[in-house]
Amino acid sequence: MKLGVVVFPGSNCDHDAYYALSHNLGKRTVYLWHQTEDLEGCDAILLPGGFSYGDYLRTGAIARFSPVMRSVARFAASGGPVLGICNGFQILVEAGLLPGALMRNAGLKFICRTIHLRTETSDTPFTCELKPGAVLAVPIAHGDGCYHADPDTLRRLRQQDRIVFRYCTREGDADPRANPNGSLDDIAGILNEERNVLGMMPHPERASDPLMGSTDGLRVLASLACWLARDSRQESARLAGLVRHTL
Amino acid sequence: MAAISAEIAAQHQLTGEESETIRRLLGREPTWTELGIFSVMWSEHCSYKSSRLHLKKLPTQGPRVLQGPGENAGVIDIGSGYAVAFKIESHNHPSFIEPFQGAATGVGGILRDIFTMGARPIAVMNSLRFGSLDDPSAGRRNRHVLEGVVSGIAHYGNCFGVPTVGGECVFETCYHGNPLVNVFALGVFRRDQIFYARAAGVGNPVIYAGAKTGRDGIHGASMASAEFDEQSMNKRPNVQVGDPFLEKLLLEACLEAMQTGAVVGIQDMGAAGLTCSTCEMGGRAGTGVEIDLARVPQRETGMTPYEIMLSESQERMLLVAERGREEEVFQVFRKWDLDAVTIGRVTGDGKLRVQDHGVTVAEIPNAALSDEAPLYRRPAAPLRRAAPLDGPVIAPRGPAQLAADLGALLASGDVCSKRWIWEQYDHMVRTNTIQGPGGEAAVLRIKETGTSIAMSLDGNGRYCYLSPREGARLAVAECCRNLACVGAEPAGATNCLNFGNPERPEIMRQFIEAVEGMGEACRFFEIPITGGNVSLYNETLGEAVYPTPVLGVVGLLKTRQPVPLHFQTPGRTLVLLGGLLPNSADQLERRFGSSQFAKVILQQLWGLPPALDLDYEKRVQTAARRIVNAGLAESAHDASDGGLAVTAAECCFGPAGVGADVLLDPVEPWPDHLLLFHEAPSRVLLSVESRNLPAVLTIADEHRVEAPLVGQTAAAELSFRVYGRELLRAGVESLRRQWAEALEARLSG
Repeated sequence: MKLGVVVFPGSNCDHDAYYALSHNLGKRTVYLWHQTEDLEGCDAILLPGGFSYGDYLRTGAIARFSPVMRSVARFAASGGPVLGICNGFQILVEAGLLPGALMRNAGLKFICRTIHLRTETSDTPFTCELKPGAVLAVPIAHGDGCYHADPDTLRRLRQQDRIVFRYCTREGDADPRANPNGSLDDIAGILNEERNVLGMMPHPERASDPLMGSTDGLRVLASLACWLARDSRQESARLAGLVRHTL
Repeated sequence: MAAISAEIAAQHQLTGEESETIRRLLGREPTWTELGIFSVMWSEHCSYKSSRLHLKKLPTQGPRVLQGPGENAGVIDIGSGYAVAFKIESHNHPSFIEPFQGAATGVGGILRDIFTMGARPIAVMNSLRFGSLDDPSAGRRNRHVLEGVVSGIAHYGNCFGVPTVGGECVFETCYHGNPLVNVFALGVFRRDQIFYARAAGVGNPVIYAGAKTGRDGIHGASMASAEFDEQSMNKRPNVQVGDPFLEKLLLEACLEAMQTGAVVGIQDMGAAGLTCSTCEMGGRAGTGVEIDLARVPQRETGMTPYEIMLSESQERMLLVAERGREEEVFQVFRKWDLDAVTIGRVTGDGKLRVQDHGVTVAEIPNAALSDEAPLYRRPAAPLRRAAPLDGPVIAPRGPAQLAADLGALLASGDVCSKRWIWEQYDHMVRTNTIQGPGGEAAVLRIKETGTSIAMSLDGNGRYCYLSPREGARLAVAECCRNLACVGAEPAGATNCLNFGNPERPEIMRQFIEAVEGMGEACRFFEIPITGGNVSLYNETLGEAVYPTPVLGVVGLLKTRQPVPLHFQTPGRTLVLLGGLLPNSADQLERRFGSSQFAKVILQQLWGLPPALDLDYEKRVQTAARRIVNAGLAESAHDASDGGLAVTAAECCFGPAGVGADVLLDPVEPWPDHLLLFHEAPSRVLLSVESRNLPAVLTIADEHRVEAPLVGQTAAAELSFRVYGRELLRAGVESLRRQWAEALEARLSG
């Protein structure tokens, strides 16, 4: 199994994602430069957080034109799992791989804090080892995380069980005060129709090490690895152990 | 060449005598460009002409010091082959004129100082001072400055990808027209990969990299060397504009270029831009630098040599490469879509030679700009009492009043939660933040080693106003105590000295006293100051800020989950390490005049700062460190602003909301408000499981430190009793609300 972390100019969570995948998860990981179209045979692609191209024009708006994104789109079309975190989510939306838009936070300020997420579905490569309803403590750090979609899109997202994470209270309940950025329907992460592309604003890589105060993010990354390792019973058992293990 | 008229010299903030020296050094009249170069290099900001003599009194050497003052940042060894570079710098003047860009470029400048050394920045902290937010006339302006500064810091640091992990924020009327924005940054690298700002190797190419040069920030360094008047807002064009995205690219490109082995020396273009970097790099290497301005990438057309040399456009670097290996450097910068061009070469004549399309427009010996720079022993007036020695008579206060006092203190600007500020900062990026803002000290793990770095910034203008020497000593003690509470051993420090106009003898006295006090305490704690910054002329219309020396101390500890500040479990024993009133009870009332109680409740200032016994302080810290590192305490928090009552309340504001029943048995019948709110240093409040109590008391005893048991942690209430008599009682949640919501309420008010 080989995992790829894309590096755009201005990506700044690339090292963190790399560390979580290689060190905390123990999987072989490579960086993929934005100028390349060669995904080096990676089995899953992660678009990290940061400020690609300074977020000039609009968050993620310029990064979508990178050569690597052509390959990522082809990879996704062929069913390969793609995880976009924070700025990565914004890029996936701009690239048309996910529907909707991410707008300025409702409070108009950048927010960095640990929030709670309710896992809404297990039917994804990224949450296959989590139980629906599982509450995860994961940090957010963004200025433009207010998810928006037109009513038709929202209806489809709901009907097709494509809302993967919603902001919630510590106990897992919906509460406007638990929604940090004003996202529509408390949406924190969504899937594409084919269910292999996930975009999420919270940072699982920041909650992947016991020293960082939560390992709930690692449960998401480990689910993905588990899904990729589904043919190897021994490895998927090890990874499933990581998903179950919480701090 | 025309002679420098007195008027032109004055416009360049050069005295008649300084102009005369320039003529003597050159043996002729300076050119216009040379005049500009001298004016910035001899400005207070670049030359430290008023402060240099006194800075020599600070300790700068220690077993861990790899690089002391004189480079872009100090460097200390952290073991396992790694080192950290760190420094604090002020951006006070620009932040008043244009809060957002002023603060943003302050962050940008200090980050470049760190990665110029070859270190990757992993942490930023800041020390902020503003005027009162509630002031009927100036409050609005002060709120605007605060919001601008905070979003400027957030904008730059968040985009660059460095966590802003803590700091301090204080409000005093004296900072109305002169906010202080001091930014600290720290980076990590291998100890054998330190880069220096030296233009070594005659014939080596001098390479310009990064952003193009524009007309922004011309004379920024001189602006930072004058006080403000009614015309100051006209100086807005002197403030630079920052681009954190470009800086992020510059960081990656510089670190990658350094890996090629083709880079000989490197320095960022900060204050005084191209001027400072060329002459300093030559000066340090004992070489000369010759450049042609025609080759400098420019953002605007028609820029004069004077403008190009003095521009403070951000995100620029000057590199010296090994001759013949330029292409390796260029390749890296091309990869990151950045300009990098050869603009000159290293010479052997020790001169800065500036040409414009081949015509020499400036030729100055480096020594004239640095070694021959003016050095002043400015007159200092005898120390004058800044406030009356005795304060008002304070009538006895009942339980309801004391509870209200505690609430008011918790909601006051200096004490209240700063969450509104630090949630706007990405304090987690790079996944090293073991303890972020709101803790006793910031703690970051170094992934490459088993070591963590603890950092604390502290300054207390109020204490220093009453006694600059005592105040500076107290700042050093507090920083080190903060580190002790997380179990860290102090290893090095950096300072930022914010004062008024040094040409006023009373200000000069404050400066000397503070530097000597800081030096004394740093020597005592054995922490070398490896660099820093002096910011003078912090005055508006003749009103100086309080003398505000700020210290940043860096300490080391083994990587592990640190002991929290907050109480974890009800029923634990409270130990007040250091005792109820360490040191002498002498002048207790006078020393109360510098407290938050005097400031917030009585709105007065008198007397003296709290008494500090350095030897006792050190013993308390050693004991605290041992207790914490042995895992004997469940929580540890040092008593400072607001005294024991505020300290205990802050310990209650953890996720668990555990309260406390504090029992005090003073040997003397002190007034209740003194007992609760006096700010004597050398005290740490610990909560301890009963089975660990004997070990804690043994350690305290071994260090001859008092360790009275002062009650127990409890469920949701905080109460204080003296000899069984209840002083105050309040619900933790109601106290927490007052503390947590105060800043936001003030800003939206």
